[in-house]
Amino acid sequence: MNGMEKPPVDPQNPWLQLRRLTPARIALGRTGTSLPTSAQLDFQLAHAQARDAVHLPFDHAGLSAQLQEGGRDSLLLHSAAPDRNTYLQRPDLGRKLSDESAQTLRDYASAHPGGVDLAIVVADGLSALAVHRHTLPFIKRLEDQMSADGWSLAPVLLVEQGRVAIGDEIGQLLGAKMLVMLIGERPGLSSPDSLGLYFTYAPKVGLTDAYRNCISNVRLEGLSYGMAAHRLLYLMREACRRQLSGVNLKDEAQLQTLESDDEVNMKSNFLLDPPPA
Amino acid sequence: MASFAHTVGAQTYRFDSLKDLMAKASPARSGDFLAEIAALNDGERVAAQMALADTPLTHFLQEALIPYEADEVTRLIIDTHDKQAFAVVSHLTVGGFRDWLLSDAADETSLRLLAPGLTPEMVAAVSKIMRVQDLVLVAQKIRVVTKFRGTLGLKGRLSTRLQPNHPTDEPSGIAASILDGLLYGNGDAMIGINPATDSIASICAMLEMLDAIIQRYDIPTQACVLTHVTTSIEAINRGVPLDLVFQSIAGTEAANASFGINLNVLQEGYDAGLSLKRGTLGQNLMYFETGQGSALSANAHHGVDQQTCETRAYAVARHFKPFLVNTVVGFIGPEYLYNGKQIIRAGLEDHFCGKLLGVPMGCDICYTNHAEADQDDMDTLLTLLGVAGINFIMGIPGSDDIMLNYQTTSFHDALYARQTLGLKPAPEFEQWLANMGIFTQADGKVRFGNNLPPAFRQALAQLG
Repeated sequence: MNGMEKPPVDPQNPWLQLRRLTPARIALGRTGTSLPTSAQLDFQLAHAQARDAVHLPFDHAGLSAQLQEGGRDSLLLHSAAPDRNTYLQRPDLGRKLSDESAQTLRDYASAHPGGVDLAIVVADGLSALAVHRHTLPFIKRLEDQMSADGWSLAPVLLVEQGRVAIGDEIGQLLGAKMLVMLIGERPGLSSPDSLGLYFTYAPKVGLTDAYRNCISNVRLEGLSYGMAAHRLLYLMREACRRQLSGVNLKDEAQLQTLESDDEVNMKSNFLLDPPPA
Repeated sequence: MASFAHTVGAQTYRFDSLKDLMAKASPARSGDFLAEIAALNDGERVAAQMALADTPLTHFLQEALIPYEADEVTRLIIDTHDKQAFAVVSHLTVGGFRDWLLSDAADETSLRLLAPGLTPEMVAAVSKIMRVQDLVLVAQKIRVVTKFRGTLGLKGRLSTRLQPNHPTDEPSGIAASILDGLLYGNGDAMIGINPATDSIASICAMLEMLDAIIQRYDIPTQACVLTHVTTSIEAINRGVPLDLVFQSIAGTEAANASFGINLNVLQEGYDAGLSLKRGTLGQNLMYFETGQGSALSANAHHGVDQQTCETRAYAVARHFKPFLVNTVVGFIGPEYLYNGKQIIRAGLEDHFCGKLLGVPMGCDICYTNHAEADQDDMDTLLTLLGVAGINFIMGIPGSDDIMLNYQTTSFHDALYARQTLGLKPAPEFEQWLANMGIFTQADGKVRFGNNLPPAFRQALAQLG
């Protein structure tokens, strides 16, 4: 096989059939031993989109206006990381509020004493694209499903340059019983807009990840808004009943869907079928 | 605890301890800034390197960076130190040691004999005063050969771990990536899956599947499912066929505790693997992964710089005669290694330090999308590590790991290294590739067969 061999244009090439079995970049073909131009540029585009998602500024004003249209108040907060480059190198700064923002929350809390049942926090994290796309539809879905629970809500807290643990400080200052954080996850090459949900019961400064529950990969091609809201509500109701969150609060809603693991027969695939005579 | 000083012109720099000196002498990287232990400026860094160069190697046996009483990794390092092997360089300073390593006195044989006489801290120290070309040149002299079903680490060879990850562990999806990789001649280091789910049933099913594929096609390679060592022990107890025992490790007892392991647990995993006697050529069967920054991220670094912590992990590794050790260099993110420059240097340091300690080093040449790095940086590191004689790299479809969401070297990247550097796979696998008609290598050229191998053509026909 000299020169260019390019399976994508060769209908006789059975190698191409593998592509429907996995989203991995297989059967790319080769020129010499290298990637053909189209596969090479497809990759570069995917990387560019992921990079752009990381560096896209958080449009908190736009999001705040959209929330307002739906009748939801919001408060803008900022972490102690002044800009993106600092944020990327100093995770500790992304985990705490700037002095001004901490004061904003203290002022809010003293004007609204007694705490709240639930604070919803939206942080840009590593993909503002994810929160731009998914915040409104997800919050709407969540509120629809939890309307019967009668929980009191804080304004939606929008955090610029925020990491997950900043929710602990926010929750403590607000006196929130529960805190849900929506945050942009680290973009993958084929998933620049993946949203993560982190749930904490009785948030306070200094909690470790062991006190949080995480629901990952919320996006159109991943976990649906409906399923994510369903699992989150399960956790919230169980947390209220047992007064805890984290590793001790197993996500039974998820476990039920994974039980079929026990029946997985990995030997059933084309490399092993039919079994040797 | 000694204090150190170095005077440049009118200015005298002081360093509180060997630990402080090592941290300040470390080439700049974001993780050491995050830990607030790095040099304040470039001048202080070079002054620290000069003071470190003047430090006798014997000093490293007198001043532990992490106290003996407080850390089992320190105890392992001190208790297993071979004074006889050390004798050949015991009179040298760190700077003199660099000169010796670069001289003709250091060759494949003398370096192999020296390895048990070196501590990770000595090795980390000398790496801090070496340039990229020094790290490549010295590493290239060293061979660390290991055996299971294949022979890895021979001169002129480069092996690949075929990494067929799938976001939901779908068997046919995993099998598709395996076949794709095999057809590009990847997979001699191992076929190694990072599972998406950690249930024991699913892990066991994947191990059964890999074993069946290796047997069906008679592939001279080894299988691994990268799960916690205790899960591998459980799988072995259930009678599941398991080749390589995996575990992530770090360079301090506290960081290892954050992984849920200690030296005893690793020994149990090693013993369990040995009990199966599945290696046909040898019984190197531990597979470890490491990476600069892991101790700091677990807040378990004791104020020691991340490159020295990493090198201490290789002392843990070599105690269990591993088949392969993989520094997953760019996975951890920009708060530890900020950009391509830092990732490239770290990969070369890790490879050099591991090899000097007698560890069979490979490297997951990789980056995440929030690091200031791209494919050009990975090509650079791959080329440098290929020249340096690395034992193995990763091979995944199109550089895109769709389960772990990061980019590493592709099946094609390994072929690039074979073409440009004339590197061949492990000899047993090279023979299998030739027998299957996948490819042969001669005069630096990779020559593919004209047709799909009949056995695989038959498998693909199942899909039709």
